[in-house]
Amino acid sequence: MRHLLRRIGFYIVTVWISLTLNFLLPRLVPGDPAQAFMARFQDKYVDPEMLQAIEIQFGVSHDPLWKQYLQYLVNLAHGNFGVSTSYFPTPVVTIIAQRMPWTLVLGIITIIISFLLGTLIGILNAWKRSKRLATLSTSVILTLSGIPYFWLAFILLFVFAFQLHWFPLNGGYDADITPSWSFDFFMSAAQHAILPAFTIIISSLAGWMLLMRNTMITTLSEDYVLMARAKGLKNWRIMLIYAARNAILPSVTGFALALAFVVGGQLFTETVFSYPGIGFTFVQAIGNKDYALMQALFLIITLVALTANFLVDMLYTVIDPRVRS
Amino acid sequence: MATLPPFNIGPATEGNTQQQVSPTTPQDLQAPPRGKQSLITEVFRGIWHVVSLNWKMGLGFTIVGIFILLAIFGPLLARYNPSQLSQDILQPPSAQHWLGTTQAGEDVFAQVMIGTRYSIFWGLITAILVTFIYVAIGLSAGYFSGIIDDILMAITNVFIVIPSIPLMLVIAAYIPYKGSLLVVIAIAITSWAGHARTLRSQTLSVRNRDFVEAARVSGLPTWRIIFQEIFPNMITIVAAGFVGTMIGVILAAAGLEYLGLGDIRSVSWGSMFYWAQSGDALLQGAWWWFVPPGICILALSAALAFINLGLDELADPRLRIEQPGSKRRKKDSQSEEPVLIAE
Repeated sequence: MRHLLRRIGFYIVTVWISLTLNFLLPRLVPGDPAQAFMARFQDKYVDPEMLQAIEIQFGVSHDPLWKQYLQYLVNLAHGNFGVSTSYFPTPVVTIIAQRMPWTLVLGIITIIISFLLGTLIGILNAWKRSKRLATLSTSVILTLSGIPYFWLAFILLFVFAFQLHWFPLNGGYDADITPSWSFDFFMSAAQHAILPAFTIIISSLAGWMLLMRNTMITTLSEDYVLMARAKGLKNWRIMLIYAARNAILPSVTGFALALAFVVGGQLFTETVFSYPGIGFTFVQAIGNKDYALMQALFLIITLVALTANFLVDMLYTVIDPRVRS
Repeated sequence: MATLPPFNIGPATEGNTQQQVSPTTPQDLQAPPRGKQSLITEVFRGIWHVVSLNWKMGLGFTIVGIFILLAIFGPLLARYNPSQLSQDILQPPSAQHWLGTTQAGEDVFAQVMIGTRYSIFWGLITAILVTFIYVAIGLSAGYFSGIIDDILMAITNVFIVIPSIPLMLVIAAYIPYKGSLLVVIAIAITSWAGHARTLRSQTLSVRNRDFVEAARVSGLPTWRIIFQEIFPNMITIVAAGFVGTMIGVILAAAGLEYLGLGDIRSVSWGSMFYWAQSGDALLQGAWWWFVPPGICILALSAALAFINLGLDELADPRLRIEQPGSKRRKKDSQSEEPVLIAE
């Protein structure tokens, strides 16, 4: 129980720190959203009243910092993240709600595929470690682990979209289809998602494989594996039921944490494919100096990660008694 | 295979455990050489020895060595100034421009060479800085228990759970100064936490050993106990951590520069992507513009990953010794061919 309280306390403090960080960072640097917005009307005269109107619209205030901070917390509590400057006058919340499903669907599907495939390769690789095939697969996987996401995305786009025309060049769906629950839209979205999905799977495969391989090798030297061999059990049984089952815990943790970082993790891939998810929107917001959108996105990404981490922690307290002590 | 002399470091088969586990090579048995020149040969022999222990490390070190040579001498090979504009716009690779030209007519080969120097130099600086931060924090947290440990670990845990790439981008976006140092700072702030936690738990296990107690009793200053007594025990972990950090740093820097958050005026692997993207290299089919820097990043980080796995195998023998079953069978068969019998 004490452990539980400690963890909950930690997460509350962390949420507070990220909220405060999010509040302070933009205010530590010169300029504010209103000025950034006005800067778009280059060399036109901006009268002070207009500036003031925009300041009010964007929630820029000249109150003392502590007052602004309280106002910021109150706004957050009401789910009021302000208005986007680049999609003016759409509220930030609306934009995030539109983009979130794209990221979540793509991210969760790719993580599951990548995890299953990588773990399976890791098991086989550890099992057949002395064979040339294992050496070869280790080398290939190590090489894959160094691929920059965005470069792989470039290459796949170039070969399969530009040269072969098998897949569309960018976006999340065909422009002439309106998003709805129709079959056409679904097919279009799936076609647009294949290349980004491949990028993410290929470049994250290595991590899963190496993690599983290393724990699996350690487990294979355990006495109960030797015992299983001595009993003359079938090999697949030793490999899966005796070794892999006992070696999979770190991978499962990794899997849960990967879900936590799904939103931030595919940012580069989304950017190259102009995929309408959270990551691409985040990069666009940075490019457009759309501070309200950027702040809200960073907050959402952080909160998703914190929540998932918290759930993993709780799960661990339940399944692993050693943590509780 | 076991009778091979130790100077054969070619990619030995992985089953060749005999050579890997026997550290006593004829060179080791010779009397330690004296003098300045033999010191150098001894250093080389030491490197040679480590490399020949493990083919993965050998391969990794070879590729990293090539890159370091390219970083130093590569720009001399380029016959053009990397930022020099010319009339040859988007030329494919030819005898004149080995890797073609960009949309502004710059020579891609020259850019890759300068980019190699830039990326490796700043990558090293960043990795050293990150390593320094996590060594300092991890060791202090582990050595001083109590309130210092609590505070440092709380900070570390916060940085572990906050997603690092978005945080890196936010920091880079808000700092008005754009340049190489910005990339270093943004990466350094966001990438130390995981290693710090590992080092802390290692320090905890070393802290109460007798030799540390002895140092404390003999009145050594605290910083000397930490860095001269405890730190040497962590060298292998720090070395592996450094290699891993270097991979992360190179990828992160390329990512930041690709998004235009780094120093886009200087030529680096990442900024080449930025210009290739903004110059629509893809839609113009100019693959020679974005393929070479990617291959460089890929090769360098793969080489570092090979070194890292090699280090792991050296540190943890279980990762390299074969499983009991297959080893026995191999000895029985004495065959040079890989055993293909299904297990």
